[in-house]
Amino acid sequence: MILDELRIFKQHGKQFIPDVTKPVLPGPFKGRPEITLERVDEEALASVCPTGAISKAPVSVDLGKCVMCGECAFAFPSKIKFTKDYKIATNVRENLIIKAGDLEPVNLDESRIRREIQTLFGRSLKLREISAAGANADEGELNACGNVNFDMGRFGIEFLASPRHCDGIVITGPISENMAEAVQICYDAIPDPKLIILVGTDAISGGIHSGSKALQRSFLEKYPVDLYVPGNPPHPLTFVNGVLELIRKR
Amino acid sequence: MESTIDTSLYVAIKNQGTIRLNDIPVISYSEFYAKVMSLMQNDQNHCVTYHAFPQGKVLKFICCIANDLDAEIKILSHEQPFKRDLQLMSITKNVYAFHGYEREIMENFGVDFLSHPWKKPVRYAFNRADHSKVINNYPFYKITSSELHEVGVGPIHAGVIEPGHFRFLCNGETVLHLEIQLGWQHRGVEDTYVRKKTLLQRTVLSESIAADTAVGHASAFAYLIESMAGLQKKNDQLDIERTIGLELERLAMHIGDLSNMCIGLAYQLGAAVFGALRTPTINYSQLWCGNRFGKGLIRAGGTHYPLGKELQDALLKFLENFEGRFKTMAAKLFALPSALMRMENIGKVTKTQMELIGAVGMAARMTGMARDLRHSHPFGAYRFVKYESPSPVTTGDVWARAALRKVEIEKSILYLRRLIRELSAIDGQSPKPIAENNLKILPGVLTVSMVEGWRGEICHAAVTDDKGEIIHYKVKDPSFHNWMALALSLRDLEISDFPINNKSYNLSYCGHDL
Repeated sequence: MILDELRIFKQHGKQFIPDVTKPVLPGPFKGRPEITLERVDEEALASVCPTGAISKAPVSVDLGKCVMCGECAFAFPSKIKFTKDYKIATNVRENLIIKAGDLEPVNLDESRIRREIQTLFGRSLKLREISAAGANADEGELNACGNVNFDMGRFGIEFLASPRHCDGIVITGPISENMAEAVQICYDAIPDPKLIILVGTDAISGGIHSGSKALQRSFLEKYPVDLYVPGNPPHPLTFVNGVLELIRKR
Repeated sequence: MESTIDTSLYVAIKNQGTIRLNDIPVISYSEFYAKVMSLMQNDQNHCVTYHAFPQGKVLKFICCIANDLDAEIKILSHEQPFKRDLQLMSITKNVYAFHGYEREIMENFGVDFLSHPWKKPVRYAFNRADHSKVINNYPFYKITSSELHEVGVGPIHAGVIEPGHFRFLCNGETVLHLEIQLGWQHRGVEDTYVRKKTLLQRTVLSESIAADTAVGHASAFAYLIESMAGLQKKNDQLDIERTIGLELERLAMHIGDLSNMCIGLAYQLGAAVFGALRTPTINYSQLWCGNRFGKGLIRAGGTHYPLGKELQDALLKFLENFEGRFKTMAAKLFALPSALMRMENIGKVTKTQMELIGAVGMAARMTGMARDLRHSHPFGAYRFVKYESPSPVTTGDVWARAALRKVEIEKSILYLRRLIRELSAIDGQSPKPIAENNLKILPGVLTVSMVEGWRGEICHAAVTDDKGEIIHYKVKDPSFHNWMALALSLRDLEISDFPINNKSYNLSYCGHDL
């Protein structure tokens, strides 16, 4: 009965987020950290971190390694706090390192964005996602990017099945030895010019798995990375805003 | 007389119990073999973990068999000289549910289980005994006939999902046999548990074994480490809050799975609506602990995120809204002939098959098996707020897997409301997480911790040395057993029904591969 469908439509109403650059996330969401210049026992602070993301003198947090557990902020609340700023993707690895006193948003370095990215992919970007030992949270959030709420399809950004139809790869997971060959084959199958996007702390640094002998990350030493999307997992808004920043007309 | 002889063969603990290694009798392999055989005759018994670890010059085997009636876990152990050409008679030959455990031991330590029907490596672990076996050169089962063909899919799949390889032997459109090849996701998790030594590292690791079950695995770890440190006193408030986390995870994954199944059915409205309902579910987790997958919520000894009055009210409000929207859509889906014909009698497995392969959780319950730790080996709030788990679904087909999710969603909503009522009755405060320095792990012990995650039975087991260092950590995700169920579902099925079957199980690749 059509009435059922109408009732379902009415119950759900409009679900999409009209402007993906604007939402304020609820709850104690952990985005870009801010570190004060206060003096603390830096040794003790650094030793809290499970992934060695905190460096000393000056204190800094590397979002490429951070698993967003927030334990440093619980232990040293006046030194580190996590803001709700989810726009933390960048094309420069060093920009993920947030230093004490650093209150600026995380930015992309325009001069290092390849020209063909803007000219070719600005209005249509098709991506091949490779889960290379990803634990299904990063993958879940990437799937959510295309759902009725975040709906990145409206910007022409979409995940496709065949690498032949794609403009780049998105890697999640720390890249296991057993997946290393598949990652290379998939990348090779994508026509030039092509992008590499790393999504999630595991992909960027290995995360909590770093140092494991079951990983094989040499692929990442061979090619430049076009976008780092940190988080554990990154919020869909981190991914969508990061990619939009990368491909927007300048 | 019989019983005294009997009990000298094993020692029994309860779920999340700790026992001194020296108190576990070490018996001969023939005694072990006979005892396991006789225990496994009983339908109420199932093996929750069977693993080995080197201890000096011997390889020590630990086998835990849980009884669903008396909630007891019997621990049997035997030791063998740790050498390459060790040969033992296979249990799998008679009790098929042991196939994964014995394959894992063969892979890791080069033990040869004689008469084991399928000596295939489980996951091509980096520390496997035989490095000449690599994941890309495995010889799949073949049938030689000019009329048959093979279809290979993966490790990279069409969608944004984890990697695995499926090899179909087909007669036209009909699948004769599906062989599933896993291991692509292997990250060396069990080794990392031993290698990374801080409590926080191990907790974060637990959250990333299978991040769609972050609360499930982190709970198993938290209960394990608390038991291992001798923290006997249970905190009801904390247990309720953890259990709310578990049930929320179940709700979020089940609703997401229904959405994915609708995609498999090409039913757009169901896919969009169930997908949209997942959003407020995981957004509630974010409201509570800042992470949509519940990472950070579960910490040993306490919590950073107590569920205060405001959050309790928000949960009730969310449930009310969710329930109304879910009911209309579910009623529509389960009365829609075009959806039903794609689910009914498709990918059917029987209760007997599921018992044989040792299926757990949803894969067992959708055939009418009553396998549910919340009921049989209660932990957390399930200890004092009873969760009845009779499965009203018995048909073992795609429909059963969808219908069971609907039933469990409805039950979770009711159960969450009960937990909130309990919480307001206690009106207490959960403690803060325990500090690393205050955690004194007992030396020379074994702990077994089981949690019913949304997929089913999660089992963590760990062993410490005489200084209280963890020297061995064993993880079992329910998918370890349940992948075989998917393979069985595909027999004599059209290959085009594979996607809907795969989605209807939604098993974990990383949970299996570790």
